[in-house]
Amino acid sequence: MLIKRAPMFKASEITDLKLYCNRREFMVGAAALALFPTVAAATSTPSGQPLKATRNPAFNNSDAATKFESATTYNNFYEFGVNKEDPARLAHTLRPRPWTVQVDGHVAKPKTYDVNDLLRLSPLEERVYALRCVEGWSMVIPWIGFPLASLLKRVEPTGQAKFVEFTTLLDPEQFPAQRKGLLNFSSLDWPYVEGLRLDEAMHPLTLLTVGMYGQVLPNQNGAPIRVVVPWKYGFKSAKSIVRIRLVSDQPKTAWEKAQPQEYGFYSNVNPMVDHPRWSQASERRIGEFLRRKTPMFNGYADQVGSLYAGMDLRKYF
Amino acid sequence: MSRRARILLKSVVWILCLLPLVVLGYRAATGDLGANPISFVTNWLGQWTFRLLLLTVALTPIRVLFGISWPISLRRLLGLFAFSYACLHFSIWILVDHFFNWDQMIADIVKRRYITVGMLALTLLVPLAVTSTNAMVRRLGGAAWRRLHRLVYVVGVLAALHFLWLAKKGRIDPYVYAAILSLLLGIRLWDAVRRALRKRRHEQAAKEPALA
Repeated sequence: MLIKRAPMFKASEITDLKLYCNRREFMVGAAALALFPTVAAATSTPSGQPLKATRNPAFNNSDAATKFESATTYNNFYEFGVNKEDPARLAHTLRPRPWTVQVDGHVAKPKTYDVNDLLRLSPLEERVYALRCVEGWSMVIPWIGFPLASLLKRVEPTGQAKFVEFTTLLDPEQFPAQRKGLLNFSSLDWPYVEGLRLDEAMHPLTLLTVGMYGQVLPNQNGAPIRVVVPWKYGFKSAKSIVRIRLVSDQPKTAWEKAQPQEYGFYSNVNPMVDHPRWSQASERRIGEFLRRKTPMFNGYADQVGSLYAGMDLRKYF
Repeated sequence: MSRRARILLKSVVWILCLLPLVVLGYRAATGDLGANPISFVTNWLGQWTFRLLLLTVALTPIRVLFGISWPISLRRLLGLFAFSYACLHFSIWILVDHFFNWDQMIADIVKRRYITVGMLALTLLVPLAVTSTNAMVRRLGGAAWRRLHRLVYVVGVLAALHFLWLAKKGRIDPYVYAAILSLLLGIRLWDAVRRALRKRRHEQAAKEPALA
């Protein structure tokens, strides 16, 4: 565990909580609440509502947090479209309640959780992580969640469990880009599948995430529940998860299927191993002018370096 | 076309070609460039370069297909605007994105094929811009000048590759641009073949009476 106490990020750096991104749901929810109080409580979207969590000072970042507005309007979430502004524009189509997450595979106690129960499974903590996108930009985000390990331990992985596979919701009604387009064109094979090695999934840094910036996770950031794996490129952190399966074979991930020569299973942030089409040596921090050097494992080398001891990271990119 | 009409037409084209810069300036002034402004500006300028390039290349096919030839008089203006946007696009990359990090840039030009072809396209536009004046057309002679300026098709292909190779999977627009370019090149090719055949027929027709 970290002993070093990094300076707390300034609260003033974080934009005020805004209902901006969820104004439509908010208005609909408010109207529904006025008309049918009991129904509304069950069906309204909680995104944007404040979410209490205790800040964990062991997981902090000395850099200022990215503006909330940037973190919620500049997103890669292909289920909504390939452009950065698509997720924020179309996020209202996703309904994060009711929602269940099936946890199964090689486990002694498989279980399907209601997301509301998952929120109460373990104390929620706030952690400030750096997020590095494979495209060469980065953000600093205060997430809210708890270690994925807490959930995995409850279902008791068996000896056969070697990997964890995450599946994102498949529903063209809620994810417009999952509809078949012109000439059956589709950016990726749906549903989106991601995966981690079991030790990566059990690592204390791997966060099962339900909120950010002091509020319930906005739809465009992967509501209602996602993982955040800060030492890997952003696309490894699956969003809007409906199934967590423990498996014995390495899962075939969505981006690996789409472009195996460009996106490997590991996809650890590594300034020494370039993407075939661009350099990974530097990144643009959203909100900053000059590029900055990308640190090994996105700055988490001390914590996760040992997971990859002796591995050829060029081969296992 | 009268002199006044020509001046009016060119003024309108000037304004239209400057409009993307005005819009960009307005968005910059109102803080509407998104979370990643440098990337936004680079893409914006690159896209307008490509659009103007396609427009420039489209003028001859328009004449071939529809017999409308007055747009040809705008070709130089549009071509020079395409070149200007290409220069701005390049400047943002060199001055702002990499901020004079020459080592990184040279490494990128050599190693990243989308940057290699992009640089090549810009380089090939330079002799076209330099020889765009009337004096240069006279100096080179019409035939040589035309041959040189066919380089614009090479530039078009390089620009299409640049866009296709840099874009992430799932984007459709690079394919749309490439398709439009292919269509325009196809029309020119078809026209060239047609003219070559006609010329041969004329030559044969000219020979036949002598044989008779």
